[in-house]
Amino acid sequence: MNVMPRASQWDELIRGDRVHGSLYSDAAIFEAELQNIWYRTWVYVGHESEVPNANDYVAKSIGPQSIIMTRDEQGKINLLLNRCSHRGNQVCSYDKGNARSFTCPFHSWTFANDGRLVGYAFPEGYEGCDKTKLGLGRVTRVQSYRGFVFGSFAAEGPSLEEHLGGAAETIDRLVRTSPEGEVQVSAGFLKHRVKANWKFILENECDGYHPAFVHSSIFNVADSAIGTLYGGKSTAVTRDYGNGHTEIDLRPEFRKRDQPLSWFGTTAERLPDYTSRMNAAYGNEQAREIMIDGTPHVMIFPNLFIAEIQMFVIQPLAVDDSVQHVTALQFKGAPDMNRRLRQQTMGSVGPAGLLLADDSEMYERCHRGVLARNPEWIFLGRGEHRQRADEHGFTVGHVTDEVPSRGIWRHYRSLMEAR
Amino acid sequence: MLSRESSATLMSAVMAFIYKEARLQDEHRYEAWEALWTDDGIYWVPANGANIDPEKEMSIIYDNRSRISLRIKQLLTGKRHTQTPQSRLRRIVSNIELLDQQNDGDISVASNSLVFESSLRDDTLWAARNEYRLRYVDGELRMAYKKVTLVNNEKALFTLSFLI
Repeated sequence: MNVMPRASQWDELIRGDRVHGSLYSDAAIFEAELQNIWYRTWVYVGHESEVPNANDYVAKSIGPQSIIMTRDEQGKINLLLNRCSHRGNQVCSYDKGNARSFTCPFHSWTFANDGRLVGYAFPEGYEGCDKTKLGLGRVTRVQSYRGFVFGSFAAEGPSLEEHLGGAAETIDRLVRTSPEGEVQVSAGFLKHRVKANWKFILENECDGYHPAFVHSSIFNVADSAIGTLYGGKSTAVTRDYGNGHTEIDLRPEFRKRDQPLSWFGTTAERLPDYTSRMNAAYGNEQAREIMIDGTPHVMIFPNLFIAEIQMFVIQPLAVDDSVQHVTALQFKGAPDMNRRLRQQTMGSVGPAGLLLADDSEMYERCHRGVLARNPEWIFLGRGEHRQRADEHGFTVGHVTDEVPSRGIWRHYRSLMEAR
Repeated sequence: MLSRESSATLMSAVMAFIYKEARLQDEHRYEAWEALWTDDGIYWVPANGANIDPEKEMSIIYDNRSRISLRIKQLLTGKRHTQTPQSRLRRIVSNIELLDQQNDGDISVASNSLVFESSLRDDTLWAARNEYRLRYVDGELRMAYKKVTLVNNEKALFTLSFLI
């Protein structure tokens, strides 16, 4: 059995500009993370648009636990644990569907899609049993923000809005890219497995230092302006929103370009239908601003990464085994844009992605790398001398600086130290 | 309907083509492999089943001809880190069948394949059903379409950065 690390141990493992390599490779620390992070704080689970109709369900997860996200007959979203309350058998074996109830194949216990136990076989054997106490397990708290459904296993604690804090604004920024103000998650997920600790993925999402090197192969051959966003002369910034949420804010570069849809590598002329719908929805002036600024590049701790045109959900399975679930973002009321979003996403991400396959190679090499014992530390001091507070008081730095990693580890430590 | 003789001749040309394609892939002969494609080629590796709509749902690969070319150019830079060093590969292709012929004259072919990959991460087995549309261009067989349906494409997959 694994031993929970002592509270004081985090002082030894996490310092201002460095973290200990064992944080990525120690199985006992992974178990402690499940308890203190994944089964306590707010974790992104799914999107309301994945269960548009009454009785729709979709298989999701929180860490290694299988979760069924349902929309019940009343239209309410439920996060149910996929485990029969009788002997633990999984009650749902499909990725998605429409069902009023789930019947366990083992002894035919049947649960409504809001989790209630509605029946069991040969009930005379259960005289005096209280069915209301034998429902499916549930994620204790469920809350949505603009369609994004989060769950927390802690009965008490910060509300979802308190948890999102300043980073909520990035989701506001995302949804207004739709002329109807809504994101849809409808294109299906690629599932990309890596033999690496989940925190290598978490920290890489807002690491603006690596693209020039990890992705030079595609920047060199594709007609892409992404490379310059992450160069030494870029005016883009990294930002630490607190609570572990981090961002690469590319708006300073897009505003310099002053071209609507330049963030998306295209022009208003090439997406005339989208442009006219945006103008109608927001007025020409605000639509132009939205189309210049583009969508955010934000990592919502611990597992939701919105990367301009796609979203990733990070799932840890074991200390050295993680899955990236990724899909193209789709914007309601933007069909011509959505096709391009899917095409670009498919080219970039997933197991064969022109970008993500190389990122994933780095995760796996880092994981094997930290098994070496010297130097013991990961050095995260880049840009500490030049970080500053923005107008809202959030710490920002150069796009290549390690402001995000330092913010992630500060929050991580506070969660791991909490009892 | 082809006569028995012409069918046997076609089958032997198709088999030679498919074995050659397999060898070029195993040996990372990127440019030679790209030259097998017609100008309108589609290279498709679906996710989450065999019959998804690639125009609506995410695929692992859904390359038109220009993206096939981009994929090859990236590999040729030598800085495609996930293929530096290259995976060591050998594949067995079998169960080759000529399917119903297309009205446009393309030759429909199916096969099964089993690929053994040895990479820095580990050794990985990939099993797939392959569907081709082949076409004679200037007397040589070319690929107009290749769909690779991995048996486990509903599961989380490790990086697939070699030519499948």
